[in-house]
Amino acid sequence: MTFEMSLQPIRTAGPDEAASALPLYAAREDLRTEPGPIRFVIIAIAVMFITVFVVLPLVVVFAQAFSKGIGAYFSALSDPEALSAIRLTLWVAVISVSLNLVFGLVAAWAIAKFDFRGKTLLISLIDLPFSVSPVIAGLVFVLLFGAQGYWGPWLQSHNVHVLFAVPGITLATVFVTFPFVARALIPLMQEQGTQEEEAAISLGASGLQTFFRVTLPNIKWGVLYGVLLCNARAMGEFGAVSVVSGHIRGETNTMPLQVEILYNEYQFVAAFAIASLLAMLALITLVAKTILERHLDEGQHSRGD
Amino acid sequence: MKGSIPVAIEVRNIVKKFGAFAALDGVDLKVANGELLALLGPSGSGKTTLLRIIAGLDWPDSGEVTFDGEDALARGAGERGVGFVFQHYALFRHMTVFENVAFGLRVQPRAVRKDEARIRARVKELLDLVQLDWLADRYPSQLSGGQRQRIALARALAIEPRILLLDEPFGALDAKVRKELRQWLRALHSEINMTSIFVTHDQEEALEVANRVVVMDKGRIEQIGTPGEVYDHPATAFVHGFIGESIVLPVDVTDGGVRLGGKALDLAVNGASAGASRLFVRRHDMQVGPPGSGALQGAVQRVRTFGPIQRAEVALSADKTVIEIDAPRDRELRAGDIVGLQPRRYRIFAARD
Repeated sequence: MTFEMSLQPIRTAGPDEAASALPLYAAREDLRTEPGPIRFVIIAIAVMFITVFVVLPLVVVFAQAFSKGIGAYFSALSDPEALSAIRLTLWVAVISVSLNLVFGLVAAWAIAKFDFRGKTLLISLIDLPFSVSPVIAGLVFVLLFGAQGYWGPWLQSHNVHVLFAVPGITLATVFVTFPFVARALIPLMQEQGTQEEEAAISLGASGLQTFFRVTLPNIKWGVLYGVLLCNARAMGEFGAVSVVSGHIRGETNTMPLQVEILYNEYQFVAAFAIASLLAMLALITLVAKTILERHLDEGQHSRGD
Repeated sequence: MKGSIPVAIEVRNIVKKFGAFAALDGVDLKVANGELLALLGPSGSGKTTLLRIIAGLDWPDSGEVTFDGEDALARGAGERGVGFVFQHYALFRHMTVFENVAFGLRVQPRAVRKDEARIRARVKELLDLVQLDWLADRYPSQLSGGQRQRIALARALAIEPRILLLDEPFGALDAKVRKELRQWLRALHSEINMTSIFVTHDQEEALEVANRVVVMDKGRIEQIGTPGEVYDHPATAFVHGFIGESIVLPVDVTDGGVRLGGKALDLAVNGASAGASRLFVRRHDMQVGPPGSGALQGAVQRVRTFGPIQRAEVALSADKTVIEIDAPRDRELRAGDIVGLQPRRYRIFAARD
């Protein structure tokens, strides 16, 4: 609007008048935006904030990790406890991302393609892990599976270990990460509607063929986007996992838990070495996220009639 | 495509409710084999729902659908041999035009699936049929609306359907492309001679393209007939008002005759029952004569000319209503003229219809 208006005088002026009007416009301050100094201050505040709160800590992590040299860095990472923490973290991430991928697809499918009672409730419940403190999430599992919990005694008598073991850590991680895939897919699938699926069915495709040949290709970038964010959170989760893990060294410590333990023991190089891996994961996630968002945008644009 | 035998469709007493809203309220319809039928009605009349039920994309609450006497409701959409063209085309956006058309052939069970060479030949044949073979490698987003529509049609025909169903086939296109595609669809239908039903809210489209027109309103069929029949002999007030331009006057029918604004009109009752009624006259069926002639009197307020006709706004002396009439240009009308009007043809329907 403002753009149009500022051009108006030039357009309506006659040819020779316009020529004399142009330098006048160029010399004048551009009124569509703030004056230069104010713009500079606003940008400077934003950049400084990001530097102090994001870039600096990131740099510190790597600086600390390498403070005793590369040798110390790699020996810290090849410590059996560190290796065990890395293995456990990867393992838990693989399981919880797979589970949440399936759950997210099913939930997004149900919400986007069917109408049923309680749909609004389901949509709000999917967001619950975002609004609940991870510590509470962990405690819920203690209440359910702990020695004094609802199912604890029964599980104990059948020699099944959930708490202070991999199943408990996985459950807590699944809980805190389950909104990611569903959240990425629901708006995408709602926007796409059901017409392409109907077309596939009317052309004789089975339910599975329709899913793999029509639905999935249409949402693949959204799926990857959800999986990426889900994975980042699964590997980095601290609060919920801390409550259910029991902190058994070399057994139930994930990378974030291991970082905390080492830090509390003043083993800064070792703590920051593992922290640097998590930081690298964050950077890779960031780059991948940017690429995926570009693909998602393209999908959006190619859709219009 | 040659050699496929056209199918007759029969729909009996179909009821379909969405919550409390009856989208279809007891619909009966017979479609002869090889026919090109239009379902015409305003939005919410149930025409698209009926089409989707025939296709198997919606299920009726009660009623029957048969193809050549076989129960169609016992089969899913993919097993009915129905080609469906969606209003917004619903092309697979991540596939090329070629793969879109090939889709129906590729998803066939392995036992009956054609080999790759025959699939390619068939897709080529279909793209030739819709005259878009040069677009085979494009994606749907790179096509114009008219091209997408034709690709959607080619895709639907790929599975050699026995019936072709089209939902608002020209709805999203601009006027010129629409006109071309109409003629093209007619030509295509006479070439492939497949039982076809299309849904439209555009009366001109229905009258121009179809062999027969089904006029629907509020989940019921108002009239079924050839384009000539529904235009010249509308069965209900709704059809008279919906198809063609009509003048509607509120009248009272008594034993003695027809009264407008308390004054008797010189018109035969034509068997209409007594009570509050509506008089329907086509704009061009109102004959203009000198003052004092005809059943109605009025003063011309404004005249516009469109090619061969002049359209005049006339204020009736009986009740001051302003009506629009279309008169030939053999006698020029001017604002201020007092004229007599005589309906050449008219229909009287009870007011509640």
